[in-house]
Amino acid sequence: MLEQHLAALPILIPLLAAPITFILGRSWFTWLFATSTSALACFFSWHLLAAALSDGVLSYALGGWPPPWGIELRVDTANAFVLLAVSTLSTLVLVYAKDSIEKEIEASKHSLFYTAHLLCLAGLSGMLLTGDAFNLFVFLEVSSLATYTLVSLASDRRCLTAAFRYLVMGTIGATFILIGVGMLYMMTGTLNMLDLASRIDVYESSRTINTGMAFIIVGVSIKLALFPLHMWLPPAYTYAPSAVSAFLASTATKVAVYVMIRFIFTVFEVEHVFEEMRMDLILMVLAIVAIFKSSYTAIVQSNVKTVLAYSSVAQIGYMILGLSLVSVTGLMASFIHIFNHALMKGALFMAVGAVFYRVGSVDIKAFRGLGKQMPLTMAAFTIAGLSIIGVPLTVGFISKWYLVTAALEQNHWVIAALVLAGSLLAVVYIGRVIEAAYFQEPTESQAHNKIKEVPWLMLTPMWVLVLANIYFGVDTSLTTEAANAASEWLFQNTEMATTRQEVIK
Amino acid sequence: MNLWQNVEPSQLITLSILVPLIGALLVILTGKIPNLREAITLVTATILFSIVLAITDFTFQGEDMHIQVIELFPGLDISFEVEPLGVLFALVASFLWIITSIYAIGYMRGHNEQNQTRFFCCFALAISSVMAICFSGNLLTLFIFYEVLTFSTYPLVTHAGNDAAKKGGRIYLGILLSTSIAFLLLAVLGTYSLTGTLDFRAGGIFDDSHNKVILGGLLVLFCYGIGKAAIMPFHRWLPAAMVAPTPVSALLHAVAVVKAGVFSILKIVIYIFGLEELKTLATTDIMLYIGAATILLSSCIAMTKDNLKARLAYSTVSQLSYIVVGALLASSVASAGAALHIATHAVGKITLFFCAGAIMVASHKKNISEMVGLGRKMPITMVAFAIGAISIIGLPPMAGTWSKWYLTIGALEADKLFIVATLMVSSLLNIAYLLPIPIKAFFNTSSGEQKPWSWADTKEAPLPMLIALSVTSLACFVLFFYPQPLIDLINLIPGVSTEVEMTNNLNGDG
Repeated sequence: MLEQHLAALPILIPLLAAPITFILGRSWFTWLFATSTSALACFFSWHLLAAALSDGVLSYALGGWPPPWGIELRVDTANAFVLLAVSTLSTLVLVYAKDSIEKEIEASKHSLFYTAHLLCLAGLSGMLLTGDAFNLFVFLEVSSLATYTLVSLASDRRCLTAAFRYLVMGTIGATFILIGVGMLYMMTGTLNMLDLASRIDVYESSRTINTGMAFIIVGVSIKLALFPLHMWLPPAYTYAPSAVSAFLASTATKVAVYVMIRFIFTVFEVEHVFEEMRMDLILMVLAIVAIFKSSYTAIVQSNVKTVLAYSSVAQIGYMILGLSLVSVTGLMASFIHIFNHALMKGALFMAVGAVFYRVGSVDIKAFRGLGKQMPLTMAAFTIAGLSIIGVPLTVGFISKWYLVTAALEQNHWVIAALVLAGSLLAVVYIGRVIEAAYFQEPTESQAHNKIKEVPWLMLTPMWVLVLANIYFGVDTSLTTEAANAASEWLFQNTEMATTRQEVIK
Repeated sequence: MNLWQNVEPSQLITLSILVPLIGALLVILTGKIPNLREAITLVTATILFSIVLAITDFTFQGEDMHIQVIELFPGLDISFEVEPLGVLFALVASFLWIITSIYAIGYMRGHNEQNQTRFFCCFALAISSVMAICFSGNLLTLFIFYEVLTFSTYPLVTHAGNDAAKKGGRIYLGILLSTSIAFLLLAVLGTYSLTGTLDFRAGGIFDDSHNKVILGGLLVLFCYGIGKAAIMPFHRWLPAAMVAPTPVSALLHAVAVVKAGVFSILKIVIYIFGLEELKTLATTDIMLYIGAATILLSSCIAMTKDNLKARLAYSTVSQLSYIVVGALLASSVASAGAALHIATHAVGKITLFFCAGAIMVASHKKNISEMVGLGRKMPITMVAFAIGAISIIGLPPMAGTWSKWYLTIGALEADKLFIVATLMVSSLLNIAYLLPIPIKAFFNTSSGEQKPWSWADTKEAPLPMLIALSVTSLACFVLFFYPQPLIDLINLIPGVSTEVEMTNNLNGDG
């Protein structure tokens, strides 16, 4: 029974649990319920990945209606891999949230937080698993609406403008996607992605299809905060509650990256998007500008959450860069970075949230002297920060290795150098925080009231992520295997990856 | 005598990396009891040296030692392999660790330093990563532990915790980290994408099928990427790191860290490029001249420094480029000279640093101008200083003679008279900035009015420090009269030999 419906479970479980958490009201039991729901979803997505790795593609017809008429869920290594990252992060963030939201969200809204979080998880899982273009839009809206709610929950009133801005931009993005999907539907009369793909071939050079493609790619780019469409992201991450920032930064944009990969590879065909429309050039330039511009902006921020937010925009640049290289290795680098970045950013935002929990501010001045006062938190921040920089024996190094290898495979020496130069900027913005924590004396007000380490319920998920940063930086078999299978699977229908490599050799 | 006869030879590599690590752990655990903590450091250092001796023994027996730890990327492991050049460096580093530990005990206590547990712990960690660098089996492993070494020494550089230390630490980490990420990693990845392997192989992994321009570019990237070799203009971290306590400067910045840099360059030149391939690259000459310029310029800068440690730091920059130049001359004798210079410069320079620290502890003097006449109060220290200085200059009967000898012959063999001239001028410059210090300390008594008031109570440095600097200055002697084991070891390196093959027109019949 469970085996049969495995593909639907990671969506259904949080979706059904969300209203229940709302009814349960505020008590520690709500927290326990939400966390175990998320853990259950995580458990099933682990099974899904194992199934996808051994059997290849799993197709599940929702409600028993066979595709292309009914809605199809398609599980392959690519989305199962991202799903695992998303549900794991969700669980860890929920564990962390119990104490963290005490300080950042009004007590009356706690149950709302858990509800919105589970809805968001359900929406993200749905976006990953669905094989239907319109259904993807629906799940996108589910997750987005939940996200706007989550951002606006913080007690700092600036979160309201941030959430509103996010709402406006997010809705524009979603509308673009809807328009694009509508155009595709108009031309092909189908919404199932595979069916779409096979029918689009007939209209190879149709303007409507191309316009639809443009709408979808721009819409998704807003969602994934590709430079210069990223302006909603920094305020949203800065003013949202820390637990929310940790969850969104490590999952929401990654899912959007996956959606872009999905549309390009399974719907529009790589040859068309990259060879004829030359989207790879546009993406490559934007990605590189994103890396440098956002890293630079991160350097000059004083709010550490804003620093991390801009850093996220830069890291998304790395993922898109991998995609724009159009090779198995490049795509693999993107997938690995999706997973690895979730680990690093999750840990970093949790550490910053822990600082807020004790100090009440996330300004860089508040970090002064914390190396002695909150040694475990700052050690976590340091290790995760080294990972962002890409120091060996952390996951960041693995991502960078594959990305640069992918660039060099095609003799793009300049891009390889730029990627590495980008990590030097990360040295600066991470280094500033670390230096404040370890080498500067605490400010007057902080020196007097004794600052202690945060509760263990916050430390545990943080350190689980930090250790995962190191573990997956040394034992790369899981990530490499899954990412390799995913990108090879995406490329198998196309001759392009192989021919492109042959041309270069 | 081989204490480790019964151990599987390959396991000795694991031991050599693990022993200092365990030592670091024990140091933390026994931090409350200083005597026990120091005993552990000494015991660990001695055990490590005996392990390296055993490895040396097995190397001479031709034993093949290698282990693979974990596959980091498909087809690319973290792996270790013993080869003669690494053994040489490991011998030097592990031997001097014992001496430095003795010295550090005297220094840290004599100077009442804070956070001594952190100090000894990081010290052991740094040695552990040096061992890993010595025995690294491929470029990936080398790169990883190169970075680990940078990070483990950072707390040592910033040990004092004051503004100067912070600034020095920032420059140290900034330059070493940036160059390694921006240049070295790119070069490593470039090598990997060109050849599909990162293994160190005799004769190099590049061959004529590779584009010469790209290989030339890679050479430049490697030379500058290994910032620890302090080739100008990326040398500033070395003087900046001199804010560290003297034992750190002594072991790490005269031996372990900087030598890890030049060792990496030498290893890459011999085992990645191959000396034959190197000769054909256009950038070899360019880097050679930059190395020569570094030798001369930093000697000139050294002369202007009045702070003794700063002068020694620039002297180190200059001496490191000897090794770089030796490697880039692409002749087997010059490479042998470069390898030997790792050892001879180590014993000479560590003696000088030990003396600088001893002077600081005993008389609280940092500046050379204040050391006039000090030889009467601290005769042992100053004699040791003179011995170290002579060794660095390369005069008999000190160890430095041999490495300079082979380097010069190598330059002649490669028909690079410009380098020969550079080496000679550099020796003169060395004399000019090193020898006046002991000479004035002993013979200049006329400037009585300059003697600061505090001289009356200046005595010799604490005993552990004197022991340490006597041992190293003795080593300068011993290596002059008995360099054969090291030379035998160097001759085991494939493609490197101290046998001179004069084939150029200087030989008369060529």
